[in-house]
Amino acid sequence: MNILVNGVSTEVETPHLDQLLIALGYADSVVATAVNSDFVPVSLRSNTLLNEGDQLEIISPIQGG
Amino acid sequence: MLDLYGTRIQNRLLLGTAQYPSPAILADSVRESGTEIVTVSLRREAGGSKEGQDFWALIKALNVRVLPNTAGCYTVKEAVTTAQMAREVFQTDWIKLEVIGEEDTLQPNVFALVEAAEILIDQGFKVFPYTTEDIIVAEKLVELGCEVLMPWGAPIGTGRGLNNPYGLRTMREHFPDTTLIVDAGIGLPSHAAQAMELGYDAILLNTAVSGAGTPKAMAKAFAMAIEAGHMAYLADPIEMRDMAQPSTSMMGKAFLS
Repeated sequence: MNILVNGVSTEVETPHLDQLLIALGYADSVVATAVNSDFVPVSLRSNTLLNEGDQLEIISPIQGG
Repeated sequence: MLDLYGTRIQNRLLLGTAQYPSPAILADSVRESGTEIVTVSLRREAGGSKEGQDFWALIKALNVRVLPNTAGCYTVKEAVTTAQMAREVFQTDWIKLEVIGEEDTLQPNVFALVEAAEILIDQGFKVFPYTTEDIIVAEKLVELGCEVLMPWGAPIGTGRGLNNPYGLRTMREHFPDTTLIVDAGIGLPSHAAQAMELGYDAILLNTAVSGAGTPKAMAKAFAMAIEAGHMAYLADPIEMRDMAQPSTSMMGKAFLS
């Protein structure tokens, strides 16, 4: 299945958001997620299934003013 | 003390964390300023990258409160979703709400700001809106439940100081009981002192410190200027006048001509 991860076309093995984050290397990272511009809290990741063409945003802390 | 939604803060400088020459200089600047609140943000990061995680570890080690922002958001939807993500990542219901309306000035889109503020307040956020000195917009934000307003001094990153001292003074007089923080456009400690002398409760700045030749020293200079400005406001400054008035009494002056 192909989805957009942070704007990059990506072939993924699993539709489960929580498993996908681990597969993409975010297992030990503090990140927040949004699917198709809607926030998905940590508590809902395991119940969130991605579909072909979905847009997944994964964001991390950064310096800000 | 500064009251931010019931949280009492001693230091009246809120410091941004962006654009420092190094993480060590950022940490030194935060410590030297004595600030109790720093602003932070959220951006995409590749899986396995440590940069964002290391930054967050650095901030946690500084033992300061964080005020996440929605910098770079141009729509209500973007700002609301970013705020929701920030609440989860940074574990705070404080949000510096920025909805930008225009690229050259980064001026707040106050219509979208009000709309986003209403949504976020309904969701339990404590909103710190980045706004202009427009008191009608400010009235609406206060009506919605904003206990803090953050008008700009000048466009973000310009270092121009207070573009509209009259407007900021009017805003202070119009909202005597609302916490008012000048956010953005400050370039020099004297700009910050000027805002504090007008009765502003605090100053939020970033570039003036991070872009200085010696950020650590500039951070300290700002902290001192902000404290001095606040003390001056409390001390009730004299009115300006046009005509000279001798401070030394003429009574008893010797006749020597």
